[in-house]
Amino acid sequence: MNIVVAIKHIPSIADELPVNGSNIDFDSVDFVLNEFDEQSIEQAVLVKEASGGTVTVVGVDLIGELDNVLHLALAKGADNAVKITADEPGADSHQQAGWLAEAIRGMSPDIVFTGVQASNDLDGQIGPMLAAYLDLPYIGGVSSVEVNGGTATVNKEFAGGVGAKYAVSLPVVVGVQAASKPPRYAPISKVRQIAQTAAIGKVAPSGDGAGAGLALKKMAPPVATGHAEMLTGSSKDVAAKIVELLKSKGLA
Amino acid sequence: MAPKYQKAIAIEKEQAVVDGVDISGHWNRMFEQRVIFEYTPELIEKVASIPGAESFANCYQCAKCIAVCPVDVVGNYGPRKLYRYAQTGLDLTEAPELWLCTTCANCLRVCPKEVNMVKIMPAAREQAILDGKFVPNELQQAFEATANTGNPLGQPQRKREAWIQNAGVEVPVLRDLGRPVEVLWYVGSYPSYHPRGMDAASAAARIFTALGIDFAILGKEEKDDADSQRLAGEKGLFEMMAEHNIEMFNKYEWNEMVVTGPHELNAFKNVYPKYGFERPVVHYTTFLARHLDRLKPLLKHPVNKKITYHDPCYLGRHNGEYEAPRQLLQAIPGVELVEMDRNRQNGYCCGGGGGGMWMDSFTAKHTTMRLSEKRAMEAASTGADVLAVACPFEVSRFEDAVKSTGNEHVGVLDILELLDKSMRGEP
Amino acid sequence: MSNDVFVITEHMEGKFSDVSFEMVGKAKELASALGGQTVAVVLGGGVDAGVFASDAALQVEDPALVQFNPEACGKVVEALVREKSPRLVLFGWTATGMDLAAWLSARLGQPCVAYVKGISVDGGGLTVSSQVYGGKMIAEVAPQGGMAVLAVLAGSFPVEAGQGSTAASKVASPVPLDGLKIKFVEAVKPAAGDVDITAQAKLVSIGRGIGGKENVELAEELAEALGGTVSASRPVVDAGWLPRTRQVGKSGLKVKPKLYLMLGISGAPEHLEGMKSAELIIAINTDKKAPIFNVAHYGATADLFEVVEAMLELL
Repeated sequence: MNIVVAIKHIPSIADELPVNGSNIDFDSVDFVLNEFDEQSIEQAVLVKEASGGTVTVVGVDLIGELDNVLHLALAKGADNAVKITADEPGADSHQQAGWLAEAIRGMSPDIVFTGVQASNDLDGQIGPMLAAYLDLPYIGGVSSVEVNGGTATVNKEFAGGVGAKYAVSLPVVVGVQAASKPPRYAPISKVRQIAQTAAIGKVAPSGDGAGAGLALKKMAPPVATGHAEMLTGSSKDVAAKIVELLKSKGLA
Repeated sequence: MAPKYQKAIAIEKEQAVVDGVDISGHWNRMFEQRVIFEYTPELIEKVASIPGAESFANCYQCAKCIAVCPVDVVGNYGPRKLYRYAQTGLDLTEAPELWLCTTCANCLRVCPKEVNMVKIMPAAREQAILDGKFVPNELQQAFEATANTGNPLGQPQRKREAWIQNAGVEVPVLRDLGRPVEVLWYVGSYPSYHPRGMDAASAAARIFTALGIDFAILGKEEKDDADSQRLAGEKGLFEMMAEHNIEMFNKYEWNEMVVTGPHELNAFKNVYPKYGFERPVVHYTTFLARHLDRLKPLLKHPVNKKITYHDPCYLGRHNGEYEAPRQLLQAIPGVELVEMDRNRQNGYCCGGGGGGMWMDSFTAKHTTMRLSEKRAMEAASTGADVLAVACPFEVSRFEDAVKSTGNEHVGVLDILELLDKSMRGEP
Repeated sequence: MSNDVFVITEHMEGKFSDVSFEMVGKAKELASALGGQTVAVVLGGGVDAGVFASDAALQVEDPALVQFNPEACGKVVEALVREKSPRLVLFGWTATGMDLAAWLSARLGQPCVAYVKGISVDGGGLTVSSQVYGGKMIAEVAPQGGMAVLAVLAGSFPVEAGQGSTAASKVASPVPLDGLKIKFVEAVKPAAGDVDITAQAKLVSIGRGIGGKENVELAEELAEALGGTVSASRPVVDAGWLPRTRQVGKSGLKVKPKLYLMLGISGAPEHLEGMKSAELIIAINTDKKAPIFNVAHYGATADLFEVVEAMLELL
């Protein structure tokens, strides 16, 4: 079975995001693997371990730093890694999905996993777009996947703890919300070993690279319409203030 | 929490014939196989066969280690006990016991057979991680943070030199300085990012400046020493950090390196040579004690406190520095230095080493009290007003511990802060 | 090419989601500025489609639409949109809408905006504001071209503006829905036997900042001391530290407790959706720029472990 994982390298939101003009200042920001893609890598490896096959991880290399991410994926159990050398930090989801679709088409995938969403999906997520470009069905918000013969049984999550089981004839694109098990830990020594020995496939971006068709006018932190009343002092002071507040409202 | 193992059952046989000789009677007990032989030594061998952990098999159960193991005081632990657990059915590579050792080396100090937990633990832990066995969650997060951001606190690399804005003196950064310096001061992760660590870092900057030391820091070119992560099983992570740090160290010209913390002292002095770095490295206490004749006149303001000093395991036992910190404290006017019972070579671990810094919630499940709490109580019992420390892990550990043991009256301060106080007067 | 606004509504067990009404209400405003009509599209039977304040309501009935099926819904919506060429197609940014909006955009080659919080028409041009980067940034974009697909965050617009009544016209699917690759198998009820957090008056909610499964106990102690229960944000549940029945947020449960005490949760839009109507929201997070502080009533940038332990002593 050919299992493909399409990943997205995105600006880290751990810290403040610097702005340059009407967009993020991509030179000053760290890029990290989309956290939902951590889940989809894990889900792909779990499917491989249960049902056999090979896992190929492919991503658009926006700033030339995707190798670390790909090595980590290989250390977690992926078999092959491919990067699309775009060198375009601001590439939107449509562009990335287009390049990914071109690269993935030739892999004849049985199942394509990708994170259900990313925090920079201004123009939508790459999963559904990949499905459209590859002419495959799409189902997202998935929290467990089992493959038997040519059918994947997935659990799709709805709001309120409600879920539904679907049976999907392969090939399919799956938007992973959570793997059926939390992502495994890959020891750094294993990652480094792989960094020495692994060959990462490189492809140039192809296809028309059509963008999102959105003119970005402004990107700025939200203007707070309200703000919390901040409780100051030591942790003990804060705790005392909270308890007093709760008692005054009959909540403690 | 003691692992499940069988108690030895005395065997006395009314009738015993061994190798054709009749030895029936109550005294034949010693000729019968003991309960130990109801188990195979396979689990001992499993540990001892891991490269680096061979000395585990040396143990002949004298139990001198148990008397000095800090974890045994608050639980059931120590090399001899681990050996016994392995003898009677515990697989150390899968057990929670694997993660309780802080590598304080007090056991090694007294062991007649040199059973070396400082080598055994990292080897067994590395094996456990490679085999995908249980690793405490908090520890994993510290590993991942170190790998991703260069420090176990998960703070942005870019912000590693932000503390110098509030140091009160100019702190030269090597990449902006453009010239050789006398002293490369390796600041460390906690002093760069943790609020109480930054207090000590600023104090150090002021002291070096007052002494006219020609120093500079790497700032955001510095990454964590990762020595504790290495001892917690992540050798690969240690090597990743070492590669980067050594490249940075070699990039600039300097004569001597001074470190804020004992764990980096251990890494740079004792482990980095294996990776091609061998230059003079000293802890700040050793460095400042050397300059005591010029430092003493600057210590103008009395600090009228009874102070007890906690010997950090990695400065004291592991690297032999016991006196310099005491000399510095005694140089401060008004200070009355009192010793805890367990001092110098027999110092009692704060629990931060060997990865313990990032496993408190886990170890709390397996001990009656945190090591830092036990030690804080010991400090308080000397009647001291201040517990002086010399390791960046310790301040936050002991501050938590004095609070949780009802000893808030005991202040916790790095020696740097005490020297600074005496230099500048009470703020 | 019309100036109509299509709203793809969503329903489950005979009830429409709030965001369906929110979108219709907003659509009316937009359609009027654009000079077109509002059409509420209902996929599937088993629900009264005449409850919207739209100009028209179109209910597509087919056995394949009885349960939500992204493939079937996608085909139907694409066919309708190709036929009628509306100016705007609105989806909810929900479990269902997220399967369809970007897909439709790629199929049609028309722009899509996700995480939509605001939409306005000014002089024939469209400006859409979107809450991206975990809520840390608002992007303002002008979709180019003759059509735009917008995926709207629940809670962005008032519900009442979309409620009303319109005669619904029922039609069959404009495209054949046989030979589908995706088949609905069965509903999965939430795990029984655990606490129902939606029925709790006081919740102590933990986020990634709790550090690890070992620390969940501390939060449970606090919850117990307060007479409440522990809930969590999605990452905590995905990591396996708490069961999914404790999850608050867009893909979890919506709660409206008297007290929502948040520890180490940054306040990303997906979480806010689940709890922003709580009566008293207190947030503890070491990041002073965490989006939650714009929503919480009280906050503190303190170490959550220290605060919790201190609170336990006082309670």
